[in-house]
Formats: sequence, C-alpha cells, structure tokens
Amino acid sequence: MTEVMIEKKRAGLMSRIGRTGRRRGNTHLLIGAVIVGLIVLMAICAPLLTRYGPIDQDFTATLQGPSWTHLLGTDNLGRDLWSRILFGARTDLFLATVAVAAPLVIGTAIGALSGYFGGWFDTIIMRIADIVVAFPFYVLVISLVFIMGNGVGSIFAAISIVSWVAYARIVRAETMVLSSTDFVDALKVGGLGSGRIVFRHLVPNVVSQAIVYAMSDIVANIGVIVTLSYFGMGIVPPTPDWGSMMADGQPFFAGGYYGLMVVPAAAVIVTSFGLSLVGDGLANVLRVKR
Amino acid sequence: MLRFLIRRLLLLIPVVVGVATLTFMLMHMTPGDPARTYLGDRASPQALAALRHQWGLDQPLWRQYLAFMGGLATGNLGQSMFFHDSIVSLLAIRLPPTLLLMAIATLFSILISVPLAVWMALSRGGAVDTAVRSFNSVAQGTPLFFTGAVLIAVFSLKLHWFPVAGYGKTFGEHVVSLILPSIAVALVIIPFLIRGLRGALIDALNSEFVNFAKAKGLSRRAIWTHYALRNAAIPGISILGIQVGYLAGGSLVIENVFAIPGMGTFLMKGILNRDFPVVQASALIFALLVIFVYLLTDIAYGLFDPRVRVK
Repeated sequence: MTEVMIEKKRAGLMSRIGRTGRRRGNTHLLIGAVIVGLIVLMAICAPLLTRYGPIDQDFTATLQGPSWTHLLGTDNLGRDLWSRILFGARTDLFLATVAVAAPLVIGTAIGALSGYFGGWFDTIIMRIADIVVAFPFYVLVISLVFIMGNGVGSIFAAISIVSWVAYARIVRAETMVLSSTDFVDALKVGGLGSGRIVFRHLVPNVVSQAIVYAMSDIVANIGVIVTLSYFGMGIVPPTPDWGSMMADGQPFFAGGYYGLMVVPAAAVIVTSFGLSLVGDGLANVLRVKR
Repeated sequence: MLRFLIRRLLLLIPVVVGVATLTFMLMHMTPGDPARTYLGDRASPQALAALRHQWGLDQPLWRQYLAFMGGLATGNLGQSMFFHDSIVSLLAIRLPPTLLLMAIATLFSILISVPLAVWMALSRGGAVDTAVRSFNSVAQGTPLFFTGAVLIAVFSLKLHWFPVAGYGKTFGEHVVSLILPSIAVALVIIPFLIRGLRGALIDALNSEFVNFAKAKGLSRRAIWTHYALRNAAIPGISILGIQVGYLAGGSLVIENVFAIPGMGTFLMKGILNRDFPVVQASALIFALLVIFVYLLTDIAYGLFDPRVRVK
C-alpha cells in the first residue's frame, strides 16, 4: 500500500467516525430537545392544561388516586398533583435556568480576561477559584442560603457565587490555548484593542465549551434547588415546587401513596435526563471534548 | 518523593488560609446581622448589643479576623450558641460517622465501577455498555434525598433488612446503619467514575504500548493487569479525588435523610438553631476535608506515576 492510499484510508476512517459521532449527537440532541421542549411548553401553558390551581385545597378529595377528575390524584390537602407538577416546573426550571445565566456570563468574562492577560490578575482569580471549589457545592450553597435567608433571591445569589468558578476555569484554559495562536497575533498586529480581541474574537471561539457545561449546570441547579426546598430552606410555600412536594409526600410514602413523592421525583429525573441529552448532543455537534 | 511532599504541603497553606478567610467572610461580611438572625425581629436593642459584644461583632473587622484566625491556629473554633459547648469537642463526636460514611461510599463506588467499566470497555456499544450509560444519565438527575427515601422505604420499612435511621452503638451497628446511606451516596459518584474509567481503559487499550504488548505475545491477563488497568488507575484516582466534594455534599444531604449524627446533621442543626459559629465551623471542616483528600490524591498520583513527582 502506498503512502497516499494509507492517507486516504485514514481520512475516510476519520470522516466516518466524525459522521457517526455527529449523527449520534444529533439524535441525542433531538430527543433531549423534544423532552426539554415539551416540559418547557407544559410549564408555560400550565394554566391551560389543568382546571385546578396549584394551591387550591379540596378537603372533600384528599389523597385520591389518579382519575379523570384528577389526572395524577391529589395530596393530603386535596391539591391536584398534576397542576402542582406543572406549576412546580415553572418555579424550578425557571430558577435553575436563570441561575445559570449569571455565572455563565460572569465566569466566561472573567475566565477569558484571566486567560488572555495572565499575570497577577490570573493568579488572583485562580487562587479564589481554588478556594471556592474547596467547599463542597451543597455545603457552600446551603450555608449561603442560610445566611442570606430563605427565598428565590438567596438561592440565585448563592448559586451564582459558587458556580461562576467552573465557567471561569473552562474558558480560561481554552483562551490560553487560543491566545498563543497566530490568529490572535494577527489581531494584535492589526491594532485591535485588548477588549475587542477578548470579547469579539476570543469569547465567540471558546463559549461553546461553556454552553455545553451550562446544560449539566442546569441539572446541578435543579438538584440543589429541589434539595434546599426539600429541607425547607428553599422556595417558600405555598409556591409549588418539586422539592417541597417530595418533602410533603414523604410521610405518605410508607402508607402506599407512592405518587406524592415519586411523581415530582420523576419530573426532576425526566427533566434532568432531557437536559443531559441536550448537553451530550451539543458536545458532539459542537465537537467539544468533555 | 519527600521534596514532592513538602512542596505539596507548602502549596496548601495559601488555600487553607483562603478557605478560613472565606468562612470568616460568610459570617461577617454578608448582608444581614447574625445577632438579629439569631434573636429574631422582636429582640430588644440591648439584647442585640449584648450578643454582638459576646460574639465580638462590635470589634473592628480586622480584629475579629485576627481573633478568628488566631483561634483556628490554636485549635479553637469557638462556642456553640445552642449546645453551650466548645465546637471542637462537638466536632470530635460528629466527624467519625461522616468519615466512615464517606469511606464506605467510596468503597462501594470502586467495587461497582471498576468491574462495570472493564466490562463496558471490553464490549463497547454492547447491551451492558448502553444500559449502564443510560442508567448513568438517569442516576445523575436523581435527587440524592429521593434515592435515600426510596432505599428506606424498600429495604428498611418493607424488608426490614436495615435500620430506618440512626447510627447504632457498636462499630458493627455503625457499619450496618451506614450501608443504605453509603449506597445512595455512591450512586452519585458512580456515573462520573464509570464514565472516566471507561474512557481511560479504552484509551489505554487503543494505545501503542498495549499493541506492542500484544505483539510481544503477552497474555490478555498480563496486558490487563500491567498495562490497561494500571494506566487507567491514574485518571481513576484523580476522578475519585475530585468527587470528594460530591461525597462531602452527599453526606451532608444523606445524613439528614437517615438521621446519622455526623457533620452533615451538625451543620443542618446549626442552621435550624441559627447557631452561626456551628455553621461556620462545619463548613470550614468540610472544606478542610476536601483539601486533605486533594492532598491524598496528589500523593497517590505521585506514587502511581513517577512522572508527576518530577514536574
């Protein structure tokens, strides 16, 4: 076999690997997007999909099983489970997604600046990052929410304080690699300012990594929000939320009323599953190594 | 190896100081007044002032900081408001259950992950591979407290195999009562560990040194034990080391589900009692625990991979 043939064969093999990888990415992305899309749609259209309010109590119909009047049954206060799941999606998904936005933007900006400029700024940022990640995520978030007081604002702030670090680290590493390439040298020679190089040229090239990570970060946020609410530290009742629903349902679990705890748990699991699929799919399509 | 160790230890100092500083800031520089949080909205100004004085909150910030760091250096973490006891002596009782829980959970996750990862690397794309990977995606999205609650419902309430909650009195009882919580926590780490190990094994099996070993005519067994597993052990250890954060966070959650008297329930009690010094000290100990495991990981790295020591 000649060199050329070997090269050709290798190229063919590579493109085939690339193609199947991409196709798998696309199916993952598609399935994930359908799952997440459906859940988001259900959350948005919540009032249209149920006749009951999420906090309407009906003491003539407590602890009912699934039926045509109550699709998923009712809890011990006669609240419609289906309605609470729908409105809980609004609370949890919205908060988890919004809580990703601030760390994504702040972390990406800090990471890009840190990676591009290096020096003392980089050293300080990375030492702060080391210190923040030394705390277990749940320990720091729970302590912060305690200090700042229960509620949506505290959850949002606590998550933001902790999770910008991951984005900063990811983006910094990518930026450092990119900064030493000819493409950045060309920009410098072209007389572009540092700000313009970082935010107009470097960030668009590295942000895909951060976005892929953001998908798994939303999953982590849902987890921590639900856990906080389960322990009575998060979303303040009566606002419907999956975590407090599970806490309310747990005492009835042993009595055979599994749905009260399992249904909100299933909602969390399916949502997270969908988001992970989107993350995997995006990683494959954007060719991000994880 | 000794020089490597000393350098590692020296590098730790700024991180430990930083972690202590951050815990200090948690209590002293966040919006809100710890004294008011502790006493409630209807507390009289005199009571507030007295408590602020007792906690030293009326001192200038730098003096509070020095007092806090000085206390740390001499092994004094302050007094618990609620238990009226020194926090260090309370922690001494609370730390062992958490450490045991984390150790058993680590053991479970290694025992489950390694054989599965080997199987998956051998039959890539096969039924087991696909099944475990789907299971991982589901496990990653399952809230830990829910796993715990289900395990209690099935194995304690239905089958009566394990105690529902608590920690027992003898060491044997400790271990038995920690089995379910450890499984729950292990399920958090296993997906990461399997994903990492599987990748590392596949990389090792596709490497030139394994091809060379095959060409040399080494047995499959020798290739696996001396080449594939040993090389995959390095990323495996580092993944395990990184997971200690999840392990610690996991024990915080699961101890409260299973009512195990460890660090996690201590922190949560501190929160319920608005016991600021307890929350502060527990968060600090959790962070120090993580740093300590990072150090162990680095040392293990150095032992497994001589190249690391030189860098």
